[in-house]
Amino acid sequence: MAKKTTRKSQDDKRMKERDKATLAKIVALADTITEAAFKHGDISISIPTRSRANTIWNRKKRILEMGDNKASRELFNLNQAKQFMQTMLHSATIKELIEADKTSSLRSVFYKAKHTVAGTRENTFDTQEESDPILEDLEVTLGALREELHIFAENRGAMVGNITLIDKGDEIDCRRMGSGGYALPSIVEPDVIEFKKCEADFVLHVEKGTVWNRFNEDRFWEKNNCILTHGAGQPPRGCRRLLQRLNQELGLPIICLLDCDPWGHYIYSVIKQGSISLAFESSRLAIPEAKFLGIRAKDYRECDLSDAVKIDLKDNDIKRAKEIAAYPWFKENKAWQKEIQHMLDNGFKMEVESLITKDISYVTEVYVPERLKKRDWLD
Amino acid sequence: MGIKNPPALAEEKSLFEGSARGEVAVTKSSSRPKRETAESMATRQKDIAVSEFFAKNRHLLGFDNPRKALLTAVKEAVDNSLDACEEAGILPNITVIIEDLQPDRPATTKHSRYRVTVIDNGPGIVRRQVENVFGRLLFGSKFHRLKMSRGQQGIGISAAGMYGLITTGRPMVIHTRPNAKKPAHLIELAMNTKTNRAEVTLDTETEDFPPSQYKVLSAATRAPDFLSPEDYRTGTSVAIELEGRYQKGRGSVDEFLELTAIANPHAKITFVPPSRVSADEQEELPLGDVARDATPAELAENQAESVKSGELLAPNGVDPTLTTIMKDGIIIFPRGTEELPPETKEIQPHPKGIELGILIQMMRDFEDANRGGGTLYNFLQERFSRISAQRAAEFCREIGAHTRTKVGDLTPKQVEQLFKSFQTARLPAPPTDCLAPIGVRQLLAGLLKGVKAEFYAASSRQPEVYRGRPFQIEAAIAFGGELPPNEPARVIRFANRVPLLFQQSACSSFKAVIETGWRNYNLQQPRGSLPVGPLVIMIHMASVWVPFTSESKEAIADYDEIRKEMKLALMECGRKLGTYLRKRQKMQREAARRDVFERYIGEIAKAINAINGMDADEIYQKLLEEARKRTAIADARLDENGQVIKKDEHEDLRQDDAVVMVESRAAHLQLAEGSATTSPDTNGVSDGEEKVSLKRKKKAATTRKKRSAGGDNGLF
Ligand SMILES: Nc1ncnc2c1ncn2[C@@H]1O[C@H](COP(=O)(O)OP(=O)(O)OP(=O)(O)O)[C@@H](O)[C@H]1O
Ligand SMILES: [Mg+2]
Repeated sequence: MAKKTTRKSQDDKRMKERDKATLAKIVALADTITEAAFKHGDISISIPTRSRANTIWNRKKRILEMGDNKASRELFNLNQAKQFMQTMLHSATIKELIEADKTSSLRSVFYKAKHTVAGTRENTFDTQEESDPILEDLEVTLGALREELHIFAENRGAMVGNITLIDKGDEIDCRRMGSGGYALPSIVEPDVIEFKKCEADFVLHVEKGTVWNRFNEDRFWEKNNCILTHGAGQPPRGCRRLLQRLNQELGLPIICLLDCDPWGHYIYSVIKQGSISLAFESSRLAIPEAKFLGIRAKDYRECDLSDAVKIDLKDNDIKRAKEIAAYPWFKENKAWQKEIQHMLDNGFKMEVESLITKDISYVTEVYVPERLKKRDWLD
Repeated sequence: MGIKNPPALAEEKSLFEGSARGEVAVTKSSSRPKRETAESMATRQKDIAVSEFFAKNRHLLGFDNPRKALLTAVKEAVDNSLDACEEAGILPNITVIIEDLQPDRPATTKHSRYRVTVIDNGPGIVRRQVENVFGRLLFGSKFHRLKMSRGQQGIGISAAGMYGLITTGRPMVIHTRPNAKKPAHLIELAMNTKTNRAEVTLDTETEDFPPSQYKVLSAATRAPDFLSPEDYRTGTSVAIELEGRYQKGRGSVDEFLELTAIANPHAKITFVPPSRVSADEQEELPLGDVARDATPAELAENQAESVKSGELLAPNGVDPTLTTIMKDGIIIFPRGTEELPPETKEIQPHPKGIELGILIQMMRDFEDANRGGGTLYNFLQERFSRISAQRAAEFCREIGAHTRTKVGDLTPKQVEQLFKSFQTARLPAPPTDCLAPIGVRQLLAGLLKGVKAEFYAASSRQPEVYRGRPFQIEAAIAFGGELPPNEPARVIRFANRVPLLFQQSACSSFKAVIETGWRNYNLQQPRGSLPVGPLVIMIHMASVWVPFTSESKEAIADYDEIRKEMKLALMECGRKLGTYLRKRQKMQREAARRDVFERYIGEIAKAINAINGMDADEIYQKLLEEARKRTAIADARLDENGQVIKKDEHEDLRQDDAVVMVESRAAHLQLAEGSATTSPDTNGVSDGEEKVSLKRKKKAATTRKKRSAGGDNGLF
């Protein structure tokens, strides 16, 4: 008990230091603008560019990193004026959050900053989709992590398996999470989540909740001594960070079971190398060792699937597949080039669920175990 | 009134030269021995033919239907009044009164009996001429001369009286006071269509001028400034009772007066419309309802103020605040300028401008004047313009005549040869001092008071010649303001300052408008059609002889020379409009840009205040300053393509005497036009927001106005 208190106060102290630094950065940002206004200078904020062009493929580390390009967001530019205002609004919101020592979800930050612009009927923000990127911009601009901005995303994704963790002091036994699993929080840094005990040999990460349910129901993790996660589609930062920690801290291989389509390939790419928009966080998120178990283009034949599983590739899919094939990390990878080409040759996509057409538990009892045994995956 | 019977007319004129006061006109024949000669009989036969002919063919004189008849009566009298005032050098004061004499008729009756009275402050008519002027067709002072005037034929007013007589049996009532110190004559006369003679039923003198009976019609006519004797010291009042129909819209009395006021800004016209509009066939036309378009008197002053304070630049002597006023049912077209049109000279015909028949007639007249003794050499020099002595001798030689050859001795073949030589000869153009264009300044003055637009431009071309006749084209345009934004342009046409209300599409001017490429001036124009937009196009042709397509004087014939001049005049105006519109669009874009910035600055100031505690107002002001400075920079120095331009084109317009701009009305239009405004799109601005930004524009516009009233921006 006593021990815990000291740690907590230490944490607090560390937290306070970090908050102070973040606050100072926000004030500095506002000061720059004030100064420019009085000196008739350019009213702008310099924001590191989160774009493809400013993303560097670090071949050695095998992750995506953000380059040094910055773009200035100007008030007196028709295309940027509104975003400029939004950036300032969110800066103020974050400052308030830090001062009140509260954290807030992306959604509630959006709602907090959303109001009608004085004298008009225009909203400061219309949708959360408008708001979230502005917060990401602030992360890179201020050089602060999301949690340092006191913002978190909604819990998304789930986990079960042979592992016990401590989440904010509460012990979580992931073997006993019932049918829903342990909901993955958005912030999973060591000061929030500690790994207490882990017997698992690997992590099986599946694309979506429905597939995950199948595996959980079939007690796959128990039978195969693993941890079972999903990220509800494109895995959120919390999920990716946790996978990375499981990989790096506990040395568990991360095996992904995703759809055989450009989207599935892309999710794998993000898990493995990081994403363009969050390239600045790759070192905390990317898992270069992650493996792609399936679904594979060859499975239609190999597993003798019925025609019902075929979903036609649309023009857009083909375009996307070619783009992905051209990513540097895929480009140098013969196996992947073959895989994508195979899918294109097939002319159709397949979802993990397609394996169910064979037998309800085919995927958990036959497909995955066999592939694991044969180490038949893409890297 | 274009009845082409010149020989008869010339004769008519000479017939009346000896008329004495109080007498019924005497003919030449009656001064001769009592016995009729074949010649005198022939004269009378012609007389009879003329008035009877017109009685039976009213449409030739514009009395085709009751509605047009009412208009024509007004038009003939007003044209005469304007002509008379101008010739006498008097600034015209004209009052037009239409009384409905059957106000209690059932609502379904299509027409009614009206009394049309037109009162002017002109020189009046001497007593002895009254019967001739009003009681005889083809009597006039204007026909036999080549001079620019509204009336030509000597038919107009008598025809109106005749029409009244035919439809109501009532005589014309004339008050005329040629001498301010003497009483007015009061004469009632009816024309005997069989004899083409006036029959006088009342002939007396009266001090009651202008007639006081019109002062008691309504509250407004009781006002001391209505028909005040000071304004009408001399003058004429003509009253005709007739069967007619009073309606508004195209081809109405309202439209005629409205347009007359535009083309005659030196005239003050007061109109007392009848108490009710005729039933049925009420055309829903957007034009020609001056009562609706006029500014109520109480508002007029305020508006004048606002126009004045909205920066406006008008050429000297043009008062932009004048506007048609409506007061207690009376419509007043105020005088827009104190300048009378310049006096025009009479000219001799140009050889290239006559027909063979006229040449023969001219020769006969010349022979008569010289008692059979005039030489061709003299005839050519005296009776034509631009024939020098040398040239006359050449013509004589060309047709095998001697300079001393008498006109009467020429063979028909020689006359024809002469006519042909005229056509091929290289002659100087006719003199042009016979033309009195309205002039750029007065065109603007007229349009300004008649049309509530924001931009006006006018062009007055140099005189040109078609078929030996000098003419001059003028054009003016009014754009924006309160004009309907999405309708085809309204074309208003004038010949010698008289509005042409019918047969638009047959008119050369209409063709000129359509052939002009308005798209070059940032206007929409469907193929082969009028441009579309808040635009009024005015075209005026001044000439000693306007070539009408028909005798009803409704459309100008399509001569290439004329149409070309019209197009050139329109292009000149159009180019200025184009400059203005481009500038305005740029301004709108800038305003929208500024608007976007200003919209967010408040939020930003608040956010900064929340972060570093700086005074929100102060930051707001600083940022606002910056926003305005930046949009102003773009405004002044960049053209559409973001290219830096040295000089502000608008500056040119501002310096241009042929242009008037009224910003307060431009602001008004910016709002109305909203949808056409290019919205400076920020990412994902939705429809809803666009509407908002329009609303805001209003605010922006007013603030701009206020600022510039402080003098920083002048007119834009
Ligand atoms: N209000 C008036 N004041 C003075 N003179 C007038 C007035 N009205 C008419 N007159 C004289 O009477 C003449 C006859 O007028 P009338 O309208 O019949 O013919 P017009 O004007 O010469 O030609 P048009 O037939 O084309 O109108 C005019 O030429 C003018 O000299
Ligand atoms: Mg006349």
